[in-house]
Amino acid sequence: MRSFLFLFSTTLMYSTPLIFTALGGVLSEKSGIINIGLEGMMTMGAFIASLVALKTGNPWMGFLAGGLGGLMLALLHALAAIRYKANQVVSGMAINFLGSGFAIFLCRLFFEGTSMTPPLDLEKKIPVWMGQYATVYIALAATLLIWFLFYKTIFGLRLISAGEHPKSTDAAGLNVAWYRTIGVLFSGFLAGLGGASLSIAIVSNFRPTLISGQGFIAIAALIFGKWKPVETMAACLFFGFSQALVIFLGGREDIAVSSQLLSILPYVLTLIVLVGFMGKTTSPSALGNAD
Amino acid sequence: MKKFLLSFLCVLGGLLFGAMILKLSGISPLEAYTVMLKGAFSRPSYLAYIIIRSTPLILTGLSVAFAFRTGLFNIGAEGQFIIGALSAAYFGFIFHFSPWVQIPLVIMLSILVSSLYGGLAGFLKARFGVHEVISTIMLNWIALYFSNFMVNLEGFHKPNTETTEFIQQSSSITLLENWKASDAGIAWLEQHPFLNEFMRPPLNAGILIALAAVLFIWILLKKTSFGFKLKAVGNSIEAARYAGINVNKKMTQSMMIAGGLSGLAGATHVMGVSKNIAILAAHEGYGFDGIAVSLIGSNSPFGAMIAGLFLGTLKYSGQKIQSALEAPSEVISIMIGAIIFFIAIPVIFEKPMNKLAKLWEKK
Repeated sequence: MRSFLFLFSTTLMYSTPLIFTALGGVLSEKSGIINIGLEGMMTMGAFIASLVALKTGNPWMGFLAGGLGGLMLALLHALAAIRYKANQVVSGMAINFLGSGFAIFLCRLFFEGTSMTPPLDLEKKIPVWMGQYATVYIALAATLLIWFLFYKTIFGLRLISAGEHPKSTDAAGLNVAWYRTIGVLFSGFLAGLGGASLSIAIVSNFRPTLISGQGFIAIAALIFGKWKPVETMAACLFFGFSQALVIFLGGREDIAVSSQLLSILPYVLTLIVLVGFMGKTTSPSALGNAD
Repeated sequence: MKKFLLSFLCVLGGLLFGAMILKLSGISPLEAYTVMLKGAFSRPSYLAYIIIRSTPLILTGLSVAFAFRTGLFNIGAEGQFIIGALSAAYFGFIFHFSPWVQIPLVIMLSILVSSLYGGLAGFLKARFGVHEVISTIMLNWIALYFSNFMVNLEGFHKPNTETTEFIQQSSSITLLENWKASDAGIAWLEQHPFLNEFMRPPLNAGILIALAAVLFIWILLKKTSFGFKLKAVGNSIEAARYAGINVNKKMTQSMMIAGGLSGLAGATHVMGVSKNIAILAAHEGYGFDGIAVSLIGSNSPFGAMIAGLFLGTLKYSGQKIQSALEAPSEVISIMIGAIIFFIAIPVIFEKPMNKLAKLWEKK
């Protein structure tokens, strides 16, 4: 029972940053804009959150600022992808270099040349509610919120139609660019929150290797989850679970499994699942088309 | 020519943006760029280090550029690099042939293994419709953990370290390694101060291999019907299929070649510079830098060569502003990001470029 609880709560903990970020990806891609820059937006969010939490002493200010940090980069992506009709993959890669570059650059400016922020005191970190970081509940709530937005509001339907049939959306008198801008900006905000939920909750400082691939895993999760909010969350939980399993089994002496081989498992499973189900998934039909 | 000019403008824009960021942070951009220029070109050994630094970037850049030509985005260069490095470290350690057999054998095997690894992503796309961006992201992580697993393998792992045993001396492609240490070599080099310093860093045959690969890929794309078919697939899958090209097969083949090139980057790095591999905590970025190289070089083989050398120079000399001016060297990543950002939005350069062209005509 205790090991079950451990697995359960570790799964939730490690899934949280992925859920925020992947939901962000869903928002952007549903509106028709590929966002491969999530990794950079997460990195920026992680740094800004720990900076602001340190300086203000308030974790919630930090959390929010982390989201805004991601949003700043998303602004660039939106400008390139929507205003200048850029190749969205190229622009996203640029965001990744800019995000990690700016985060560490600013870190060195603020903290005497070091690439790590000083650790946060416990009371400056995101609080724990009923055994879980508060961010875990916020991530779950965000999933439901986006589900509601997509399927129960006119705004959500219009955002989706901008990604599916931009021409008819435009013909219906709606401003496609505006819906897409909202999609991209909020994807940056959510990716920033994802980074923040790592740097000021799961660990207590920012460091260059903190965000190393989670943004890309989030992209895999959203494709795995067929661009649907709840399914995407489930995919993130799957990745979080496998990470938790590695930690769980790694800490036991009675089960001798190479932790390195075990770490491979989620990625191999994802490939197998994609091979099995990929034919049935469809991306938003205008994804990546600037016009 | 227009492409070249565009890349040049983007690079210029990136350097200006970097200068602006430095200025805003209270660091003199002029001083920083002076330190970088001196740090890159003022001594022969610096030049040698730039060549060493650029070699893997040229090859991973070439790998990404090649896949782009077939319409595939090879984010997997990172993982293919790891697999190539692992193969070279492993085969270079277990075989004991003379260098003339050993070196080609180890390189060929590394290319073979990494091309199979790269080809897997192409196959998954062709056969099952799995998008190569997703499969290669997964394959990058699988490569990393598999490599770590292999590093811990008994007999290969160097006891009490985080690394493997060194490759056999016969697997080394470092140039004139024995001669440099011999009496005759030392005496000769003392007579030639420029070469003496130029040869001091572990200069290796990797750069020659990389240049040969650039030429090979250029010929493949420009002069063969195989390359023509690959490009046809990249331009329009439907048109290529209508013309009777086996699109699925071409995708797999393209990713195999791309994988082999990235693997070759890993192999030359192990055989020429590091001589072993270590446990990886995170990806080292050779593959991601390859994407930057490919984009800056407008996805052409010679473009990748020039952009690889440029990025290598930038990365090597960028480290030096940290110690000299206490300026964060990450400004280099910002510059690279800005350059790629400009590359993504060529329209902003079109107006000034057209004006320039008009002025030219008036003359």
